[in-house]
Amino acid sequence: MVTTAQQVRVVLADVTDPEIPVVTIEDLGILRDVQVEGEHITVTITPTYSGCPAMQEIRADVLIALAAHGWVDVEVREVLSPAWTTDWLTERGRTKLQDYGIAPPGRGPVSLTLQSRPRCPQCDGSQTELLSAFASTSCQSLWRCLVCREPFSQFKAH
Amino acid sequence: RDEPDWTNALLMEVEGGDFGRTMARQLLVAAYQLPLWQELMASADSQIAGVAGKAGKEVAYHLDHATTWVVRLGDGTPESHHRMQTGLDDVWPYSYELFERDELLDRLVARGIAADPDRLAGPWRATVEAVLAEATLTVPETTWRPTGGRSGRHTTTFGFLLAELQHLHRSHPGARW
Repeated sequence: MVTTAQQVRVVLADVTDPEIPVVTIEDLGILRDVQVEGEHITVTITPTYSGCPAMQEIRADVLIALAAHGWVDVEVREVLSPAWTTDWLTERGRTKLQDYGIAPPGRGPVSLTLQSRPRCPQCDGSQTELLSAFASTSCQSLWRCLVCREPFSQFKAH
Repeated sequence: RDEPDWTNALLMEVEGGDFGRTMARQLLVAAYQLPLWQELMASADSQIAGVAGKAGKEVAYHLDHATTWVVRLGDGTPESHHRMQTGLDDVWPYSYELFERDELLDRLVARGIAADPDRLAGPWRATVEAVLAEATLTVPETTWRPTGGRSGRHTTTFGFLLAELQHLHRSHPGARW
């Protein structure tokens, strides 16, 4: 049976972000390309932030996901250009973040003190304040809703 | 590699420790890297240009973070102002090396690979002076301008840095995860 790039893509579309398991590498725009030449599969991904520790896991998860379908002749390559941006986050991905309790990013990068404040993903309140530039990961910031008093993270615009 | 085989601007290896000193260093470095990465996006080396495309976006955040703290500490209490000024005075002499030229750099600039430091100095100065003004801090003046890092002549702290970072590889040569 001939393996097609589309078949591989379908499998890879289920590979989730290690830190935020509700979004996939497709939602995040990390998965850039899939090429199949005979038995050999080349998966191209793009790193999010330089030095993001999740990229190692994502690479491993890609290999594991494909191996589970019997595809072992796999090369995972990284491209730096064009540079990844949160603008590549799909609408579906943004909704998933919101439902999970993480405010999706605005358009940026923009100074955290100048950007418009995110709405609370819990109660949709518009009165929110910045607690810290960093949350559970360096790529998220920590906010507090002044309406429901719950803290929440925001994916920083990049 | 031992110390002489590592090349970097001395500002990058200067000890942090005190928070005012750390933020002063981050301000000086981020303000330098902003025009640096912008210039290097047009580098003739595609790998460098690719890295520059990503790093340029990230350094905007580093500059924002450093600016926030330098202003907050400088335009703060008399104690925070004093500590912030002292930290700035301590790291300032290392900033001159960032814009030095040498024969190798001249060759790389001529080939369109490296960024011309003369094009970086002006934007750096403008950015830093604007932040310091808002922070009510004085721009330091010094005749002492340490150099040599990019030729492998390092400060004392570098030895300790290497000892810590190389310890595992030196204890277990060829180790792999």
